Amino acid sequence: MDEEKDLAQRKKEAAERAKQLARERLAAKQAAEQAKQAAETGDARSDDLNPSSDVSDGPANEAPGGAAQPPSAEDIASAKKRVAEEVRAKAAELRRQREAAESGAEDDLELAKKKAAAAAKARAAALAKQKAAEAAGSDDELAKQKAKAAAAAKARAAALAKQQGDAADDEAKQKAIAAAKAKAAAAARAKAAAAGEDGGAAKPSASSPNDPLLQKYVRIIEEHLGPDVLEDAYINRLAKDVPTLVVPKEAYYKVAEFLKYNEQLRFDYLSELHGTDFQTHMEVYVHLYSYPNRQPVALKVKIERDNPEVDSLVPLWPGANWPECEAYDLLGIRFRGHPNLIRIFLGEHWVGHPLRKDYEPYDAEV
Amino acid sequence: MMLRTEEMILNVGPQHPSTHGVFRLILKIDGEIIQEATPVIGYLHRGTEKIAEGLQYTQIIPYTDRMDYLSAMTNNYVLCHAVETMMGIEVPERAEYLRVLAMELGRIASHLVWWGTYLLDLGATSPFLYAFREREMIINLLNELSGARLTFNYMRIGGVKWDAPDGWIDKVKQFVPYMREKLHGYHELVTGNEIFRQRVTGVGRYTKEEAISYSLSGVNLRSTGVKWDLRKDEPYSIYDRFDFDVPVRDGGDCLARYECRMAEIEQSLRIIEQACEQFPPEGPIMGKVPRIIKAPPGETFVRIEAPRGEIGCYIASDGKKEPYRLKFRRPSFYNLQILPKLLKGQNLANVIAILGSIDIVLGEVDG
Repeated sequence: MDEEKDLAQRKKEAAERAKQLARERLAAKQAAEQAKQAAETGDARSDDLNPSSDVSDGPANEAPGGAAQPPSAEDIASAKKRVAEEVRAKAAELRRQREAAESGAEDDLELAKKKAAAAAKARAAALAKQKAAEAAGSDDELAKQKAKAAAAAKARAAALAKQQGDAADDEAKQKAIAAAKAKAAAAARAKAAAAGEDGGAAKPSASSPNDPLLQKYVRIIEEHLGPDVLEDAYINRLAKDVPTLVVPKEAYYKVAEFLKYNEQLRFDYLSELHGTDFQTHMEVYVHLYSYPNRQPVALKVKIERDNPEVDSLVPLWPGANWPECEAYDLLGIRFRGHPNLIRIFLGEHWVGHPLRKDYEPYDAEV
Repeated sequence: MMLRTEEMILNVGPQHPSTHGVFRLILKIDGEIIQEATPVIGYLHRGTEKIAEGLQYTQIIPYTDRMDYLSAMTNNYVLCHAVETMMGIEVPERAEYLRVLAMELGRIASHLVWWGTYLLDLGATSPFLYAFREREMIINLLNELSGARLTFNYMRIGGVKWDAPDGWIDKVKQFVPYMREKLHGYHELVTGNEIFRQRVTGVGRYTKEEAISYSLSGVNLRSTGVKWDLRKDEPYSIYDRFDFDVPVRDGGDCLARYECRMAEIEQSLRIIEQACEQFPPEGPIMGKVPRIIKAPPGETFVRIEAPRGEIGCYIASDGKKEPYRLKFRRPSFYNLQILPKLLKGQNLANVIAILGSIDIVLGEVDG
């Protein structure tokens, strides 16, 4: 029984993957258009919100940006940033809706049709399985074979549907774009309403107890360092609502220094520093804490993957010394200004950096 | 008349009993005074984080046992807690109590090992035997609970693997007064001992500011007067239901760290006592957890109070069964960084006294 469940699960996943792929293609195309537009207005800006998702997701997030209308939020410094946040929020909303749709809610016409077909197929398969079970009693083998056959049939049907879909590509795309636009508009309306309530600084639609903290950080930093030093600022709901700041590489040290020495912030404790290889880019994640104020903040910086280099935080927090060595050792991120950047675990003769996703173990004797 | 001295290099470890594992120190000494100390680590690096990228969340739990192998329960917990935080899983009451009991027993066991070995380092043999006698009782208790003596693999995402066997809570209840009595004996034997006090007072001293800037945590931080315990200040699990104190000392030296740890044993006993009182007579030990555990896309970072300080767990997930990236913030690794600074200018005889007082576990330093 469990195996069958597994099978069904896998099948579902496969179908979803296929759907996802189709959507991504669409999104990529939209993104390309968007990029063209953005290039024309000189406002091209790529910001992958959800680093763990696939490559095409990032640009896709900005797709509905063309239809963006700035909300009437009061306390955000520059209009550019506002638009950018708008776009991100919308993208997030879009994604949420997409996910909701997958779990049973109504989506656009195309998806609904496909889903109905899938459901019908699933029902048919279940019926077949049941019949098989009744007929063959405990003969699992037969049931499995039938299930396999059903799966194959389904796959064929899916392929066919895809072909048809490809043929009717343009029409579907038009529809999808229209739907996306409608959704974006709806999201914008929702966002505007939310902005009326909480000032519009927080990205998630529901408010978090740490919203005032985030607003405080952003306000103080932007007052002193200008609006360009923050790429993004949001509440990370998955990490106990920690206010998270994303900074460009150039401003990383400046912001860190400010976080430590500013009278109102005083983040005197570096709790954690590590790097991650997100394949499209590398990222350094720093968790800071202020003992005087009893407040946390997470600081993130994205760096290019081919030549990962970023300023060292050791001059500010001596506690960053070994963690930076660790990130250098396991990911190859070089920290400029580090007093003694060594391969702390593996030694200087180790080939490659194991936590990079493209790492190949090297053994001289093999 | 001045004796002529010359610089020499002294190698300590990696196999040396007082390093409590495989830790190497390269000391540049002038006479008996240390000019420079260079720690060399990595002998026990097993690539846990790399391995974890290919494992499902539940499969990673046994690997956490092997980081801080003197307090494996807190390691179990931090991973489960991180995944539970991401997925929003509710843990049933009974499971939370079992977790707290296991973690606090583990904390006492860990502090006992430290106490015994630290005094062994300083030249006192018998405390080691006493400490291990009491620790053995805790290990037996945890063995009855989990089926293992050190690498428990006890906690699961959403609860714990095994319920407490019949009469287990009573055994824990009986252990508390026994341990209190022994603790009193320890104080009579060691804490009040004039030789011991002279040996550790003022040795390995650092200030509050230094402790904070060097990212020290746990006892190493509290011994400088910072009242900070994640169980109190960022409450997780059900720690907000217990009445306990956070022992703090101002000295910042080896004696202060000694006193903090001993006082923490007493506080853990208090928590255990209350947890036994409040222990729900029945109820599930596993929450509602999907059959296949998949953390939602995104990232999390949680931190909890381990016996050695703040242990944290960072997970970046792409929605699959395996973590995309898993990172443990291992307190020993961070705490050890201050060692070269502490050793500089010290007498050679103080090296082991200072190193021992930091309380490191090399499985955790090296990941």
